[in-house]
Amino acid sequence: MTLTRDGIAYRVARDLPDGSYVNLGLGIPTLVSVYLPPDREIFIHSENGILGVGPMAPRGHEDPDLVNASKEYITLLPGSSLFDHALSFTMIRGGHITHSVIGAIEVAANGDLANWRIPGQKVPGVGGAMDLAFGVPNIYVAMNHVTNKGQPKILTACTCPLTAPGCVKRIYTDMALIEVTPAGLVLREVAPGLAPSAVEEATAAPLKVADDCREMDLPLAFNGVELRR
Amino acid sequence: MIDKAVATCSEAVAPVFDGATIMFGGFGDPGVPGRLIEALRQHGATNLVVVHNGAGAGDFALGGLILDGRIRKLIASFPNNAGASAFRDRYLKGEIELELVPQGTLVERIRAAGAGLGGFYTPTAAGTELAAGKETRVINGRAYVFEAPLHADFAFIKGYRGDRLGNLAYRGAMRNFNPVMATAAKVVIAEVEELVPVGALSPEEIHTPGIFIDRVVRIDRHPRLFEPPKEGSAK
Repeated sequence: MTLTRDGIAYRVARDLPDGSYVNLGLGIPTLVSVYLPPDREIFIHSENGILGVGPMAPRGHEDPDLVNASKEYITLLPGSSLFDHALSFTMIRGGHITHSVIGAIEVAANGDLANWRIPGQKVPGVGGAMDLAFGVPNIYVAMNHVTNKGQPKILTACTCPLTAPGCVKRIYTDMALIEVTPAGLVLREVAPGLAPSAVEEATAAPLKVADDCREMDLPLAFNGVELRR
Repeated sequence: MIDKAVATCSEAVAPVFDGATIMFGGFGDPGVPGRLIEALRQHGATNLVVVHNGAGAGDFALGGLILDGRIRKLIASFPNNAGASAFRDRYLKGEIELELVPQGTLVERIRAAGAGLGGFYTPTAAGTELAAGKETRVINGRAYVFEAPLHADFAFIKGYRGDRLGNLAYRGAMRNFNPVMATAAKVVIAEVEELVPVGALSPEEIHTPGIFIDRVVRIDRHPRLFEPPKEGSAK
């Protein structure tokens, strides 16, 4: 069994502590906001100057001056604040944002992250990816374990241009939760029913299976959305 | 008496000259000075260097200027934003130069210029290809990259409400690059949706003090940047 995109987001959300300030990247990371545990106060940051991003605005109630970093119309939660880009990146680069959940093209065994430039991409764009990767203390990658073509994305060394060296703390995929430690990659959890050896086969870097490695604790579905299949 | 209000956008952008460096505020649609940029298209100045987070969208505002072949160089963090087809076409033909800057470094370079600083050291990009050729320095055991201030001849910014002194208040996520760019150009031109009497904006609600603004023009929001909710409506 493996996790769906929503399943990966659900699993990441379990690990965001009460009182955290979190920036969510595009793709799977954006879904994390749907699964935040309701008993925790967690503030979502958007690089364009918002702390306390709420759910998407309902159709017909969009505020044209309120978008998130993906240019989607959003709402604000009680206690939210609005500010300019300089203050927003002070929060990021200054280490005040506690967690960044981001997608990756490749992650290396030493925590190197490549997520800003896809091979063959003709027009480059970096946005806030490097500021996040260099500034935020807890970089959690949320991605599929292998590419669409079945190639491993967790490697001994990145082949794509780096976003930042040695920044990734944890990797959440459809197959596993892997921790990046000074001694290398440690397999902490596997998708329910998946053998650690299956994760090792899909990983192109040495993987130490933790003594207490266990199956992930997540339901089959949440609010009607499939989390694993 | 200080009166920075001008009647029309074409009057407001009249001083722009060929070869000028211009900053455009905005991130996505909020805070984009769309009327001023459209007036610049009519004005005709060319060979421009533009500083903006993205590369515009479609044939509107910055997208239109690029389509018209008026931009020599773009300094941006995310020029591959959805809809930036004009930039993509010209970039792939080698008709426009790109200086790619990480977003936090971009705004801080602008801030440094406005604050009279000679640059700064940032950890962002150290050891990556975006730091190639730049001075690096190890401070307290960590590698930092030197980044120079980014000045401009003009800044086009957008406020929500403003007065003849140039005091501005923004709403929602309109602030983004605007208050910072307002500090970093020789001539700063603001478009606002409401021009109010002096004193109507309380001191606490002024985000950009008028000292930074040279010209302010009242505009009707461009239909491409659709209408804000009416006063008193549910937020």
